[in-house]
Amino acid sequence: MSNNFLSIERLTQTFPDGSGGKMTVFENASFGIDKGEFVCILGHSGCGKSTIMNVLAGLSDPSSGVVKMDGVAVSGPSLDRGVVFQNYSLLPWLSALKNVTFGVKARYRDWSRDKVLEHATKYLAMVGLEGDVIHRKPSQLSGGMRQRVSIARAFANQPKLLLLDEPFGALDALTRGTIQEELLKVWSKTEQTVFMITHDIDEAILLADRILLMTNGPFARVAESVEITIPRPRTRTEIVTHPN
Amino acid sequence: MQSLSINKRAAILSVVLLIVLLGAWEISITRQVLGEALTEYEILMGLGQQRSAIPPPSDVMVKAWEQLSNPFYDAGPNDKGIGIQLAYSISRVLSGFGLAVLVAIPLGFLIGMSPVAYKALNPFIQVLRPISPLAWMPLALFIIQDANSSAIFVIFICSIWPMLLNTAFGVAGVRSDWVNVARTHELGSLRTALTVILPAAAPTILTGMRISIGIAWLVIVAAEMLVGGTGIGYYVWNEWNNLDLTSVIFSILMIGVVGMLLDAFFATLQRAVTYAE
Repeated sequence: MSNNFLSIERLTQTFPDGSGGKMTVFENASFGIDKGEFVCILGHSGCGKSTIMNVLAGLSDPSSGVVKMDGVAVSGPSLDRGVVFQNYSLLPWLSALKNVTFGVKARYRDWSRDKVLEHATKYLAMVGLEGDVIHRKPSQLSGGMRQRVSIARAFANQPKLLLLDEPFGALDALTRGTIQEELLKVWSKTEQTVFMITHDIDEAILLADRILLMTNGPFARVAESVEITIPRPRTRTEIVTHPN
Repeated sequence: MQSLSINKRAAILSVVLLIVLLGAWEISITRQVLGEALTEYEILMGLGQQRSAIPPPSDVMVKAWEQLSNPFYDAGPNDKGIGIQLAYSISRVLSGFGLAVLVAIPLGFLIGMSPVAYKALNPFIQVLRPISPLAWMPLALFIIQDANSSAIFVIFICSIWPMLLNTAFGVAGVRSDWVNVARTHELGSLRTALTVILPAAAPTILTGMRISIGIAWLVIVAAEMLVGGTGIGYYVWNEWNNLDLTSVIFSILMIGVVGMLLDAFFATLQRAVTYAE
């Protein structure tokens, strides 16, 4: 496992339970992710998926265990690990385009204004946002469009690892379908390593190369790792009829 | 009436109210002056004289026209135009307010971001905040030894609290999601403060500034009555000493108008930084 691009080794997270004791969210979680792989982690709500995500993003420290990327232990948040949050986390006072350039400027500090703009516009176009729409504020965009902006912001930064925290959780089924397809398109173009949290099995099967199943918390573990061998490009109807 | 917009109907109602009020004022005073002869008892009580000393609105309007057509004349220390007096007051308010901004906003950021700083400074703030700004005046005069600077200090001390508390409140309330966005983009603390926390907290900060400028304008009138020399507060008191009530009423109106303009300015700024979530 240690020769994976990303390896998570014996990760344990405990929180004080409020009455002096400790509550273990998950224990000894170990898994690895290869470069360019699309991995989904699947589990019930409350099993610590988001906690794992926060540790991977560097937003919180695990109680024990290490996360290694390219053989180096990660500590603290980094531009190498882009995050798409469940609630979009766009800055509401900036337009869609400015939200993306905000990320690009942070990533490539020596780029010229024009280059930043061009790069941001390109990635917004990749998720299907073009024209006047990109100058609107997040409050003037639909939920689906906001999540597209958020995905564009993350991809535009070309991180080594992209973390998606239930990115489609708050979207209706129709929008979810379109954006999942767009995500796949962008992913296949960029060869990005993606780690995604979800509680939707269909979504995981449609998107992932591999699915990690988590048991229920407390003391959640990564119970199983399932390869999805359905050939790409997949479509929604195909995965229903596929023999596997 | 139905076809008129709400704004137009409100404007018409405002004008009607103004005319009715001014009319009532005018009529009540003319009656008093021209009215039937007072009884001997009333004259002895000085009743008639006092009432007839209140000028009717027509006099005030004549005064306003006279003053506003030449607002910047300067005929010696006790006779300056209303424009000069207001300019003195506004410059004091803006200097004191500006100093308060320089202190309150960085300090508010500190208190808002660090719970330790908040807990440590809170007792001081709670004790200092309820002090009437004018209570500082004697101490300020003694330490600074300059009437003008003391007035500015009083403005400073009264406008600092709403800004400080609102900044702290706004900064502490910035959604952790946005701070996480800054963290995952490896922004340093200064850049996080300027590009994420400042715009996120700006509407709350502006609310504090708007309250502060309102208080500062209330306080400057009283402060200038104490320190004297120049300014609209001094002007009101000086005209009272001259028993020129027409000027007193006119300057009261001017204080209201300038206060309204200051507030409108900050309201515009506030609208500019407000965002919808």
